[in-house]
Amino acid sequence: MFGLNPKDTRFLLIVIALTLLTPILLNPFPTESGLAQFNAGYPALMQRFAIYGLMAIGFNILFGLTGYLSFGHAAFLGVGSYAAVWMFKLLSMNVIPAIIASTLVAGVFALAIGYVSLRRSGIYFSILTLAFAEMCYRMAYSVLTPITNGETGLQLTLNDPRILDGGEAITSLPVPGLFGLQMTSYSTLNIAGWSFTFSVGYYFCAVVAILGFYLSLRIFRSPFGMTLRAIKSNQQRLNYTGMNSRPYTLAAFVISGMYAGLAGGLLAAMDPLAGAERMQWTASGEVVLMTIVGGVGTLMGPVLGAGFIKYCENIFSKINEGVLHGWFGFLPDGLEDLVVWIFARFVGEGWHLTLGVMFMLIVTFLPGGLVEGGRRIAARYRNRGKSDAAKQPAE
Amino acid sequence: MDAIILQFFNGLEKGSAYALIALGLTLIFGTLGVVNFAHGALFMIGAFCAVTLSRVFSISYVTEDPTQTDFLGKPLQVQTPYLESWFGPDVGGWMLDYSVPLAILLTIPVMLFVGWAMERGLIKHFYKRPHADQILVTFGLAIVLQEVVKYFFGANPIQTPAPSEYLGTVNIGAIFGMEIFYPVWRMVYFLFSAVVIGAVFAFLQFTTFGMVVRAGMADRETVGLLGIDIDKRFTLMFGIAASVAGLAGVMYAPILSPNYHMGMDFLVLSFVVVVVGGMGSLPGAVLAGFLLGLLQSIASMNEIKAIIPGIDQIIIYLVAIVILLTRPRGLMGRRGVMED
Repeated sequence: MFGLNPKDTRFLLIVIALTLLTPILLNPFPTESGLAQFNAGYPALMQRFAIYGLMAIGFNILFGLTGYLSFGHAAFLGVGSYAAVWMFKLLSMNVIPAIIASTLVAGVFALAIGYVSLRRSGIYFSILTLAFAEMCYRMAYSVLTPITNGETGLQLTLNDPRILDGGEAITSLPVPGLFGLQMTSYSTLNIAGWSFTFSVGYYFCAVVAILGFYLSLRIFRSPFGMTLRAIKSNQQRLNYTGMNSRPYTLAAFVISGMYAGLAGGLLAAMDPLAGAERMQWTASGEVVLMTIVGGVGTLMGPVLGAGFIKYCENIFSKINEGVLHGWFGFLPDGLEDLVVWIFARFVGEGWHLTLGVMFMLIVTFLPGGLVEGGRRIAARYRNRGKSDAAKQPAE
Repeated sequence: MDAIILQFFNGLEKGSAYALIALGLTLIFGTLGVVNFAHGALFMIGAFCAVTLSRVFSISYVTEDPTQTDFLGKPLQVQTPYLESWFGPDVGGWMLDYSVPLAILLTIPVMLFVGWAMERGLIKHFYKRPHADQILVTFGLAIVLQEVVKYFFGANPIQTPAPSEYLGTVNIGAIFGMEIFYPVWRMVYFLFSAVVIGAVFAFLQFTTFGMVVRAGMADRETVGLLGIDIDKRFTLMFGIAASVAGLAGVMYAPILSPNYHMGMDFLVLSFVVVVVGGMGSLPGAVLAGFLLGLLQSIASMNEIKAIIPGIDQIIIYLVAIVILLTRPRGLMGRRGVMED
């Protein structure tokens, strides 16, 4: 089905089911229980899962398949956001033209930046993309202020033209919508203490993310994907066989840039505001973190990594010392204070410390990320009871 | 004309910071072949050494002076730094005033230790791994270091003034018969960086140790075959590179109030400098540092901004892009090193 073999079809269907059921799956604790703070099933966070998951999927097409480490993808995210907000301002509050525009504009940027950057590989490529992204960021703050609105960020105003919406006078800022269905609207389902929120915004992001995932699945399984993998494993050999690898890497770069632009457009569709800080190079670093934490070069890894990091970011930063005292109240007083003090360094304000430590550990010990970790555990279960001779050698 | 000379001096000061950071970065790459994304964090730690020392120096005890009263009518509480009571008000006050330059003495051992610990504890395990992995793990380390500093010193910039004698401005135009006023401390910073750069080059050029290190940079394997434990020397070089970054930071504290993310801000620029100069080339890093510093200052003149708006923000990146595309080994890079 869908041009995939049965195994991939099953995989895709599972992913679709999980994505659509996310509002339920991520709310496993009743609203009144003490564990409710671990619930992640609220729209703002789930939208971020889908959006950053989409961006990481795109980044993975470049980094996971070709091995080119770009430190400039946040620029495409930012450009996409600006394009989307401009579409809202000029054309219509419908999100469809906005995300199409953001994808296309980011694609054009990616084509220009990629064409230049891909003349070099390795660390030079990383630094070139970094330089381009910093250029975009600085220009968005300074010269391009008429387009980007500088530090304030690009916002909707009451007297935007909005040609297609028929310029009638409005008294409050409009909300992005899909043919009349507002992105911010939601319905809540209450079942015996549990409360599930189904929001239009999340489902829109989820559908786009599923389409993006499907496309990346097709790319992974296609001859094009195989070529990209060949570039990663040995570009020189590929060149000796008479293959010009640059059009392939450029295509991968543009595709992944368009994914980032689409993600930026979705961010703007959820909250019609675009600021230059989205383009800062540390934001590019965050996408790299997501992809690595989840598992480079795997299909599901980047999405898991994006979800994991965004979940931790939102949930960890909410935990404070009071909550920790509640958890460790059973310990003797002195010990309790010590344990709480240690944990408090890693949650709340210190969440970035956790991220940094986790990231270093993963790069050092588990280069395949969470996905490889899962595989190793699964393999250990499977091999239990078998003799050592039956084990496959590594690699 | 005044403006050009002023910007020239501005460029020298900026360039000396770039050159110092890039020097350490390229030293690490040239010796160990590691791309160190945590180098900006080392610069930041250096700056916070100055903050630490000035805080330690100003630890004081409180005495009540019954002869004076404060505005509430209570005896006035006088804070006396311990330093002043130990060394007398003259020496103690001098030390308090000169805490930034004195922090150099603290920075060198601290940074040697930090560099040694980083190399032995983490980077050692990444020599055989691809550059991308090195970038990633040092990027993670940079985040950790920055968060640790943020925990101890907070998120706000901390003002760390230069010694009071160096606070004002000086008329540097006097030699040209003009009146151009320029902050004294920035001149000091430029001279200081010149001394540090000179010391590093002299160390590598005129000592046996430096000779071995240069030989190791040219051909590590052969040096190893000659029975020299090159790894141990390279570890020390990592410490020295970290100290250079730290020294750049400690003296920069009066110019830019230290904050926890200053390392990340300087990191991108210093990488650009290293690439323009040529990966692993020490003279290249210094040359490119001053060149880019000067270019950036000249480009931020109003006359030039009027012709090409925004050029001051992007000139460095433009230069880097042009250099990378036309001469990938950088201005002074060795032929064949990282040229792909």
